[in-house]
Amino acid sequence: MKAYDVIIIGAGVTGAAIARELSRYKLRIAVLEKEEEYAFGVSKSNSGIIHPGTQNSHCSLKGRLCVQGNRLVRKIARELGVDFKQTGELIVAFNGEETGRLRELKREAEMLGVPGLRILNKRRLVEKEPNLSPEAVAALYAPTAGIISPYRLVYDLCENALKNGVEIHTGCAVKAVGTAGGEFSVLTAKGEFRSRFLVNAAGLFADDVAAMCGINDFRITPRKGEEFILDKKLENISRHLLFPLPNKISKGVLVIKTADGNPMIGPTAQDAADKEDLGTSDAGLKEALDGARRLVPSIDEKDIIAYFAGLRPAAGDDFIIRREEKVPGLVTVAGIQSPGLTAAPAAALMVRGLLRDCGLVLKKKLFFRPRQSEIPHLFSLTFKAAERLVKKDPSYGDIVCRCEMVSAKEVRDAVKRGACTMDGIKFRTRAQAGRCHGSFCTARIMRILAQERKLPLTGVSKRGKGSELVKKDRADV
Amino acid sequence: MSERELVIVGGGPAGMAAALSAYEHGVRDILLLERDQYLGGILNQCIHAGFGLNYFKESLTGPEYALRFARRITDIKGIDVSLKSFAVRLTPDKTLTYLKPGRVEKVKAKALIMATGCREKTREMVHIAGTRPAGIFSAGLAQKLINIEGLLPGKEAVILGSGDIGLIMARRFILEGARVKGVVEIREQSRGLTRNVVQCLDDFDIPLYLRHKISRVRGRDRVEAVDVARVDDRIEQVPGSEFTLECDTLLVSVGLIPENELIEMAGVPLDKKTNSPLSEGLNETSIPGLFVCGNAFKVYDLADSVSTDSLEAGRMAAVYLRQKGEGR
Repeated sequence: MKAYDVIIIGAGVTGAAIARELSRYKLRIAVLEKEEEYAFGVSKSNSGIIHPGTQNSHCSLKGRLCVQGNRLVRKIARELGVDFKQTGELIVAFNGEETGRLRELKREAEMLGVPGLRILNKRRLVEKEPNLSPEAVAALYAPTAGIISPYRLVYDLCENALKNGVEIHTGCAVKAVGTAGGEFSVLTAKGEFRSRFLVNAAGLFADDVAAMCGINDFRITPRKGEEFILDKKLENISRHLLFPLPNKISKGVLVIKTADGNPMIGPTAQDAADKEDLGTSDAGLKEALDGARRLVPSIDEKDIIAYFAGLRPAAGDDFIIRREEKVPGLVTVAGIQSPGLTAAPAAALMVRGLLRDCGLVLKKKLFFRPRQSEIPHLFSLTFKAAERLVKKDPSYGDIVCRCEMVSAKEVRDAVKRGACTMDGIKFRTRAQAGRCHGSFCTARIMRILAQERKLPLTGVSKRGKGSELVKKDRADV
Repeated sequence: MSERELVIVGGGPAGMAAALSAYEHGVRDILLLERDQYLGGILNQCIHAGFGLNYFKESLTGPEYALRFARRITDIKGIDVSLKSFAVRLTPDKTLTYLKPGRVEKVKAKALIMATGCREKTREMVHIAGTRPAGIFSAGLAQKLINIEGLLPGKEAVILGSGDIGLIMARRFILEGARVKGVVEIREQSRGLTRNVVQCLDDFDIPLYLRHKISRVRGRDRVEAVDVARVDDRIEQVPGSEFTLECDTLLVSVGLIPENELIEMAGVPLDKKTNSPLSEGLNETSIPGLFVCGNAFKVYDLADSVSTDSLEAGRMAAVYLRQKGEGR
């Protein structure tokens, strides 16, 4: 049994941002994550958009935290060395009626304090976005929209929290929560954890965790989004994030720029049967393609190199972030669907305040170390910089993944920083994420992972127990 | 930066044949780059026999076939082999950047032959609905895991696509004591060689489902089953024809794509459908003195044909260099 001041359930972007924020203070903190690695739940299938705050009601929590988060995330990205890029977004109108709706959106967003909004006419639109459909007539331009790698943000938040004394326990699913005697007793797959304060940031399972604490007034309904990734060759097919106005034909399929360069189209939106249903469908593919082509007609099915589905943890229309009067010391952070990634740093500040209201004493540490060193990626360096790196450490010149140009050194570093699965290495380094999908590099990466983690090759998994890649090693027989 | 008469990228059957032939036609300054630690390329993992029937008039395994070329290459002083060398950038003036452990090198080539082979199409390129668990492999990766790494990917496999690698892997799985539940092919006929259909499927009673597709992958962490459905003449799924095959592994063998990202970087136009360079004649590209041979030029059925056409690439590079020298 271990005792803490605060336990946070969930190491997605919300839990990670809260953990990092609280690590500024003299507190004993533990994060409990049910998956093998951070960000393996809702966060890993995020679109990676830092929203400006243009599609939320000005009186919603979503809207307020989104605008605040958009400001905060820049500083965090700088401190952590994560690749935030301000690309701007265009919400595109296809007729006069829609142009009218753009004006409404603009008004609402300005009430929230979204800066720099402009309505662009057709002529400006063609200049700004040459591949946009000729049917587009106007657009709302929001310059503060941007992109970030959602999983790399979570990894860096977690790693920085670790550096500042937070414990993160993975493979640590919560089974029960006891609330007797002014203390929480959290029973997990890895034993009992105790604390005076508890933050429920359990994503899709926030309602289950709430129920364990005796809170039964909300349900998480998973809403599926399918997304399709395009070849990196099309990196410049759009200069901005492109949004339609939701209408009868399309619910809002976007053309997205990503931190890795590959454009992405989607997401679809469909209520899912269960919280683990991550299948894609032929209908989803069609919907995404039709929607994306409405914005950029030259997008072709052949350009798709990968696809996935994610589940949004919806709990009604807005976020639920509150302290539970019924259970003193418990803070709920649930229903964090879009714009949850953007809002996370703001949500963390809000949770800090709620915990203080519950009686948590916040004393700043003398030394908080806000910075993480930037992780170099060969594919994004200049020739000179790459040369210096390879001279310094020869294993940078030992290329493992040829499609994305990832070296043995980068793979080893990813494992040293915490990757323990093939997907964990993929999300950190992009190795296996290119056009051959690991056909050429999987065997090599398996060996590096097994060696670094002292695992048998039969123990190397895609994303944790049950997803081992191979069944038998002849060397073991 | 160094300068070379002829640089060849890729030490598989195409690159080796091109190097030998260029040497025989008088080129004396040849740099052959290979990213692996051995020459031979993909042949090293093709341990089945049947290579060389046309070229050597006898049946060899892949490694044996490769060794016949590799031995001759290492005997020739004028061919400089650089292993663990990974080409990363190519400019239109034929300047190539490559990485080696500890070094970044730049070389300007008077003539350049790209023998970079091909890659397999993946499940991502032929949208298959359903989940994305562990246990889905390209047939070539499964071949490498078994033949090079000594690892068995699964115990009950279904194979999508009847390309030669898929057929060969069906037999390989059986020989390793695994089961193969079937090969699913959307076309009316197998896309592999007849001899492979007979020797790899018929001889082991493996069912071949022609005009069928995989309509769904099932399983959360590991593949548990695939749904198979019949398709009609317009490749539309026939309602009610679905059946489920339980398996822990899905091998995907749905075709090959030439690897031409480097020449594309240098501005050579590619055929959007095949990824081959748009070309006037065999092994040629839009840039004079830049040649492409083997599976990078077009996907061949037999390694023997790769060798024959790549010999021609070596000769073409030699002629180009001679003419360029005379013109000076």
